[in-house]
Amino acid sequence: MISFSGVAKRYSGGYEALRGVSFAIAEGEFAFVAGHSGAGKSTLLKLIAAIERPSAGAVLVNGQNVGALKRAAIPYLRRNLGLVFQDQKLLYDRSVFDNVMLPLSFGELSGREAARRACAALDKVGLAAREKANPVQLSGGEQQRLAIARAVANRPSILMADEPTANLDAGAAAQILEIFAAFNQVGVTVLVSTHDEALIGRFARRVLRLSQGSLSA
Amino acid sequence: MRAWLRQHRQALAGALGKLTAQKYAAVLNALVIGIALALPAGGYALLASLRSLATGASLDPQLSVFLRAEAKRPELEALARKLQSDPRVREARYIPREQALKDLQATEGLAEVVAALNRNPLPDAWVVRPRAAPGAELEALAQELRAQPAVAHVQADAAWARRLAALAGTARLAIALLAALLAFGLVAITFNTIRLQILTQRAEIEISKLIGATDAFIRRPFFYLGAVQGLAGGLLALVLVWGGLAALNTGVADLASSYGSSFRLAFLAPGDALTLLPFSCFLGWLGAYLSVSRYLLEIEPR
Repeated sequence: MISFSGVAKRYSGGYEALRGVSFAIAEGEFAFVAGHSGAGKSTLLKLIAAIERPSAGAVLVNGQNVGALKRAAIPYLRRNLGLVFQDQKLLYDRSVFDNVMLPLSFGELSGREAARRACAALDKVGLAAREKANPVQLSGGEQQRLAIARAVANRPSILMADEPTANLDAGAAAQILEIFAAFNQVGVTVLVSTHDEALIGRFARRVLRLSQGSLSA
Repeated sequence: MRAWLRQHRQALAGALGKLTAQKYAAVLNALVIGIALALPAGGYALLASLRSLATGASLDPQLSVFLRAEAKRPELEALARKLQSDPRVREARYIPREQALKDLQATEGLAEVVAALNRNPLPDAWVVRPRAAPGAELEALAQELRAQPAVAHVQADAAWARRLAALAGTARLAIALLAALLAFGLVAITFNTIRLQILTQRAEIEISKLIGATDAFIRRPFFYLGAVQGLAGGLLALVLVWGGLAALNTGVADLASSYGSSFRLAFLAPGDALTLLPFSCFLGWLGAYLSVSRYLLEIEPR
C-alpha cells in the first residue's frame, strides 16, 4: 500500500531530513512513526502526501510513484489520504460542521450526500453535538478530533496523523488513539507519528523508528 | 455534468456573497473600473457623433469655380468649353446665382439671413468634380481655371473635409491608445483586489490545497469575483457615459439651436454599448486569472 525504497530528502541549504529510508506498509496495517523531534517524522508523512518531493528514491502509494506525480494529479492522491496535521489547520471563520464539509465540497457529491457524510464523520469522533460550535470553543482534544473528522470525511483508505497527541494530556491522547484504532479495525491503513514512547508502549503496534533521518530496527 | 454545474453555481454564489459582505469595497472597485472604462467609451461616443456631422460633407475633392459678375459672354463660353473638354474633369455643373440663393435659403438657419438681403450677393458658379485625386494634378487644374478671365475665385472644397478626417483619425488613434492603457489599468486593478481577497482567505486556500482541492476548484470563485467586478464596472461605465453625454447635450442643444441645427451628441450605438460589457467582464476575469495563478504557484511546495 505504502512503500519507500532508498528515499532521501535533502532541503535546500543541505539539511538532510531523510536518508536511505526503505519500508513497506500493507493494506489495513497500523504503524507508528517514532523518533525525537527533528528525526524526520513529518518529512516522511509529507512525502506520502506529495507535500514534499523526495530528493532520491521512490515513494509508492497504491502502486503510484508519488514523487513523480504531475501537479494536476496530486489533488486526487490527497483525496484518498486522510491527513491530520501537526497544527491541525482548522478554519476558525466557520462552524465545526462547515470545517468537515470543506473536503466534501471538492468532489462530485451532492449537497445532501456531503452533509450526510459530514454528520457521520462528526458522529464517529464524538462531536455530533458540537457541529454548530466554532472550533475556537472546542477543547484541545475536541479540536484534534475535529481534525480527524475532516480527514476521514472523504472515506480515505489511508489515514495519517502527524503528532496528533502532542499537546494533549494522557487521557485525551488515549482517546484519540482509540479513534484511530477504530478506523483501523474497519480496514483503514493508519500511520501515526509520535515522540511519546509511553503511548507507543501502551498500543502494541508496528513501530518505524527514525533517528537522524534513518530507520533503525 | 450536474456536479460540474453545481460547483459553478456554488462558486458564483460564493463570489456574490463575498461582494455583498464587503459592499463598500465592491462599490468602490466597480467605480474605479467604471471610470477607467468610461473615458475611452465616452471619447468614442463623442467621436462617432462628430463623424456623423462630418459625413454631411463629401470627402471627394471638389472645385468651386466662382465667376466674375462682369465677365463677358465669350469669356464665359470659353470657360464652359474648357470644362466640358478637359480630360481631368469628370463632371462640371453650372449653378446660376438664382439657384445658389434658393439652395442657401433651404439651408437650415440661413433662411432668415437670406430673407434680410435686398439683393442677391452670390456669383454664378461651376461645381467641378475632377478625375484627379487631391495633389499636384488637381492643383494644376485649379491654377489653369484661375487664369481664365471669367473666373473670380477657385476654391478646393475638399480641404477642410480632409483636415477634419485627418483630425478624426488622430483622435480615434488617441482613444484607442487610451483604451489600451486603461484596459491594462483595469487588469491591474482586478489583479490587486483579487490578491487582497486571496490574502484574507489564505488559510482556506492552503488547507483546501493540502486536502485535495484542485487548482481549478480554488480558482473558480475568484474568476467569478473578477468577472462580476468587471461586469459591474462596465455597466457603471455605460451609465457614466450616458449621464455625461446627457449633461453635455443640454449645452450642445443651446449651441446648435443658435446655429439653427438640431445636432445632438448621440449615445453609443447599442452594438458598441453591448460589446463593452463582455470586454470589461473579460478584463476582470483576466486580472483574477493572473492573480490566482501567481498565488497558487507561490504556495506550490517544491
